[in-house]
Amino acid sequence: MVQYMTTRLDTAFSALSDATRRGVLEQLGRADGSITDLAEKFHMTLTGMKKHVGVLEQAGLVTTKKIGRVRTCQLGPRRLEEETAWLERYRQQWDERFDELDKVVEELARKGEER
Amino acid sequence: MNARTDSNPDPVKHRTTVERKSDREVVVTRTINGPARIVFEAFTKAELFKRWWVPKSMGMTLLSCELDARVGGTYRLVFDHSPEPVAFFGMYIEVTPYSRVAWTNDEGGEGGEGGEGGEGGSVTTVTFEEQGGKTLVVLHESYPSKEALDAAGTGSADAMFETFDQLDELLVALGENSGQ
Repeated sequence: MVQYMTTRLDTAFSALSDATRRGVLEQLGRADGSITDLAEKFHMTLTGMKKHVGVLEQAGLVTTKKIGRVRTCQLGPRRLEEETAWLERYRQQWDERFDELDKVVEELARKGEER
Repeated sequence: MNARTDSNPDPVKHRTTVERKSDREVVVTRTINGPARIVFEAFTKAELFKRWWVPKSMGMTLLSCELDARVGGTYRLVFDHSPEPVAFFGMYIEVTPYSRVAWTNDEGGEGGEGGEGGEGGSVTTVTFEEQGGKTLVVLHESYPSKEALDAAGTGSADAMFETFDQLDELLVALGENSGQ
């Protein structure tokens, strides 16, 4: 179970590690768009944009549909929020842990000062 | 003697940041209000470590905590968990007083044994950088390979432990949505 999960998160995270791809997701969050639209918006070649969309599609973050000669992209079944939520939970856990560390360290530092 | 403890009664709480650096690395940073020497000790001495590593909010109880923070030394944390206690363990591979400590996380061997020497586990590296009486802590978790990450789970062993239920929920949600 966990293994399956991790692999999926993994694909999504590497898809999200690229600024252009994150931009594409934001853009698709506002409106669906064709590869041509996206390539223009991001000042890229069609081939370059196709590659980015392909990576997002594999990660399940984007789906594409070919209607006539135009391939339209929209946000996929997996949303950016899932990954952000995962990271945020992870961050919170460390935050709480480090809050406790702060207390321990401050206490020890005070003791040292008083000596 | 009151020393000067009141001069800074409520020190600033610094922000914790988490960044997924690549598909097999996560970096956590946080500035701690105290000198590197003390922060380092809080990471490497069991009696201090157990006071903060498992905050109450985690809802877990640390049954035992043994740290032998020397290169080649091992550590073992045992948590109360039903149906039976869960242990997290590994070996210290780098210990440089007050500036750096690194250890392996070797517990991930449920299905496929990771092999000796923590081959299959992740490595956690922590650096301490003192700046004006405070210490920047940078914690880096890295997996030797994608396969190791797949086997070991996401993030540190205990992070995984804590978020297990949520991961399961997420898995179900993803399974329903993706149909893959």
